[in-house]
Formats: sequence, structure tokens, C-alpha cells
Amino acid sequence: MNHSADDDDLWEAMADPTRRKLLDLLVARGQATATTLTADMPVSRQAISKHLSLLQRVGLIDGHREGREVRYEVREQRLAEATEALSEVANRWDRRLRAIKHLAEQAHAADRSTKEATNPASAPALGDAPHRAVDGNG
Amino acid sequence: MNNFTIERDIEIEAPVDVVWRTITEPELIRTWFSDVADVEARPGAVGSLTFRADTDAPHIVGITVVAADRPHRFSYRWVYPPGERATEANSTLVTFTLVADGDERTRLRVTETGLDQMDMADAEKQKFVEDHRHGWQVQGDRLRDLFASGHSSSP
Repeated sequence: MNHSADDDDLWEAMADPTRRKLLDLLVARGQATATTLTADMPVSRQAISKHLSLLQRVGLIDGHREGREVRYEVREQRLAEATEALSEVANRWDRRLRAIKHLAEQAHAADRSTKEATNPASAPALGDAPHRAVDGNG
Repeated sequence: MNNFTIERDIEIEAPVDVVWRTITEPELIRTWFSDVADVEARPGAVGSLTFRADTDAPHIVGITVVAADRPHRFSYRWVYPPGERATEANSTLVTFTLVADGDERTRLRVTETGLDQMDMADAEKQKFVEDHRHGWQVQGDRLRDLFASGHSSSP
């Protein structure tokens, strides 16, 4: 399966930290103009307008002219599609990190209780502890 | 290519070397990751991770170790097409960074870079989707969380 040119543009749009920050702000506020967004961003209004145009071109946001300003809002469905795959990856790593944390902490607790053991009976629990040095045979 | 990156981290109440072993030793990798792990923490080592090993359709993912700097950094490329060499263009790069915070605590960070190549991870992605299908709601908090790497005070 290949990405379409559309998808590539979308990824590129999302890959930029400034644009992601703009999306964050737009999601938080519902709507905003380049001017109001500039107040919260360390870049020029001109740069923000450029980023907003790009986001609009790939369909992540909509713009509606109001007088001299354009009011932007996020197209939630498009953003949801774009972030779904990404959130899957992030969620997977979160789960893995939590598992690593659990295993390492268990192993450390077992190490410590061995060192500090006044009661050797607690030591056999180590049999299952993930810290044991097992050479790879897989 | 735009090198889209996911970054996640976690604080672990264990010494850095314990965490290092957990993420690099095959027998331990099997306790938190793939069902089978053929991994050697040596730059250039080519191995594999097997998911769904106990099903009719096991999924084997090749991995190529890029860096193994015990106990600070472990990185590898994966999800490249079977039989090919891992390159920047056909794989994503996973990097674990371990930072000791005293003798008993470790900050573990993982980044995955090159996610614009993600269509190649379909098999594993599919497994995840099957297991964890849930409506993804666009919420500010979730987005900020997801994109934390984009505008946090990274060094």
C-alpha cells in the first residue's frame, strides 16, 4: 500500500511543530484568526498566515472570511483521520513503556530484597523476576 | 521525507542497568513486546521480532540494530520489507534513551522516527487496531499529549 500524494502532503503538514501548535490552539479555542493566534506564538503573523494557508490547503482547517480577517477552525474529522494512525503508534509505545516500567521496578525490588534480605524465604520469588540474566536463545 | 517522530517517556524506579536489560535482552523483550525476540544489542546486528507467534499467521518483523551504547542508548530500524536491508527510506528508527536519575531511578524515553513510512507497519498496526479499537476523539488535551514532543522544551 502506498501513500497518495494527498497523504504525503498531510504528513508534511503535520510534521511541523509550529503547525501542530497552531492545531492545538485551534482545537482548544474552537476558532481563531491569524492575529489572535500570533499573540500566543513566538513567530510573526506573516509566518502564521502561511502555516494556516498550508493547513487549509490539506484540509485540516477551514477558513471563513469575516471583514478583514479570516476566522479558522479545525476540520475535526480530517484531523481525527490524520491523527488516528499516529495515536495508534503513540498508544502502543505508552503501553510498552508501562510494561517496561513494571518489569524493571519488579526486578529492582527483587534485587533489593535479596540484598537486604533478613528473611531468605522471600528470595525464591525471584524466579519469575524479569531481571534475571538469561542469554538470548530466541 | 519529513521524518515524523513520536516521542514518549516514562520515569522508572529502577537503576539504569536494570532498565537497559529489560529493553535489550531477548528473554525480557518477550515479556513486554513481541512473543519471540531474536535481538542482539550490537550495532549492525540483524534480528527479528515475532508477533502472534501462537497463531496460524505469525507476524515476523525484521530489526537492524543501529546503536547499542550500554546503558544509555539503544536504537534499531524495523518494519522494513522482508529480505531487504534497512534504510532510512524503508523503515522507522526506534531509539531508547536512558538517563539515570540517581542510583534508583531512570528516565526512559523512546522515539520512533520516519513514521511517514508507517504503511509498512500494517500487520502490527492491524493487530493493535483489532485489540484496541476505540473512537479517537479530537480533544485538546489528547492532542497536546500526543504532540508533546513538538513544543515541549526539548534540548
